[in-house]
Amino acid sequence: MITLRGVTKRYGEQVVLDGLDLDLPDGAVTALMGPNGSGKTTLARLVLGLEEPDAGEIDGLAGRRVVAAFQEDRLCEQLSAVGNVRLVLERTRVAEAATALREAGLDDDALAKPVRELSGGQRRRVALVRALVADADVVVLDEPFKGLDRAAHARLLDVVRERTAGRTVLLITHDAAEAEALGAKVVTLS
Amino acid sequence: MRPALVLAFWLLVWQAGAWAVGQDFLLASPVSVTRRLVELVGTAELWGAVGHSLARIGIGFLAAVLAGVATAALAAASRVVDELLAPAMAAVRAAPVVSFIILLLMLPGGSRGLAAVTSFLMVLPIVHTTVLEGIRQRDRGLLEMAAVFRLSRWRRLAAIDVPAVLPYLAAASRVGIGLAWKAGVAAEVIGLPEGSIGERMYEAKLLLLSADVLAWTVVVVALSFATEHLLGALLARGQARLATTPPAEREVAA
Repeated sequence: MITLRGVTKRYGEQVVLDGLDLDLPDGAVTALMGPNGSGKTTLARLVLGLEEPDAGEIDGLAGRRVVAAFQEDRLCEQLSAVGNVRLVLERTRVAEAATALREAGLDDDALAKPVRELSGGQRRRVALVRALVADADVVVLDEPFKGLDRAAHARLLDVVRERTAGRTVLLITHDAAEAEALGAKVVTLS
Repeated sequence: MRPALVLAFWLLVWQAGAWAVGQDFLLASPVSVTRRLVELVGTAELWGAVGHSLARIGIGFLAAVLAGVATAALAAASRVVDELLAPAMAAVRAAPVVSFIILLLMLPGGSRGLAAVTSFLMVLPIVHTTVLEGIRQRDRGLLEMAAVFRLSRWRRLAAIDVPAVLPYLAAASRVGIGLAWKAGVAAEVIGLPEGSIGERMYEAKLLLLSADVLAWTVVVVALSFATEHLLGALLARGQARLATTPPAEREVAA
């Protein structure tokens, strides 16, 4: 279990997280909800190790690999969809990239193009698949379905459910139905 | 206006100037210069001098590009290195090129590598500063992604660093190659290394052969233009390859 105790994070004068206590149970999905600016993404960045808390402790991350589908796609624009996914895979697993992307609804034409030529929805799928196929114990999904149409949303919910089974997931979302569909324990930040 | 018309206009101005001066040794006409150039093109003298200067200025330029990329990478990685190198690069850029030429000529055998060292010193700070800026302007989001997914150094270099820095390197190289020719030939005119373009220009000046001076100038301009465009084409090809080659054939399986 990943535990956060008394976690505080400030940016200058602004206190984004103030003495937060939170448990992320192993093998379960925890959904963080709350209004914009409530510190959801900051919390994700702390779990990812991209920021250090100003006070408090985060335990349970030692020796565990944490990956993410960031709120922004953060793709290498010159690489194809397959290239972006292969980038994070071990050499022995590179063949899985195309399979996982097809599973997420990308056709063969979209797989080979540089991602800068893909639509917003296609890019989002690439970013999500990259996080789902990476070898990791903990997966952070920051608004992973943002910008997807209804059909793609439903399909990717299934993909996320299958690919994260048995792993610890921190989901950041504004959609309670999304959290429910993934069987998440909901935590609301104010 | 069409480039050919612009060229014709300036050739006419030059011709009018030559008529006004009335002395071919003071200001040779375009016709005299063209005639002399055609004569030189058929001689071993021209090609020998071109080979001599091209080799030395080219070596100086390439060494500066390699060194500039290396020092920029070191400066980006270490604040101490950056603080040590920044004033040194600023000093090299600000110092008159003639100071370096004189200092080199004071060394035994200094004229031999003069053009190479002068070109090197002209190009190095440009490449260093521009590439360092390119490294600093890399997409922070992608760097965080690389850290989170624990990309190996080589994968990050191929997928993030090189594509980000290459346009900066291309811009620095295009500016640098022109400067390398200007400074390199100026160094040759002062240091007179045997068999160089600069030595030929100096001899022409001694004998008041302004047609020869201008013909050699045309040769230098043509060489500068040709090398700049060749380099630009190579770098554009590299950038296009990075932009279009399917990754399966390239970097990420490393």
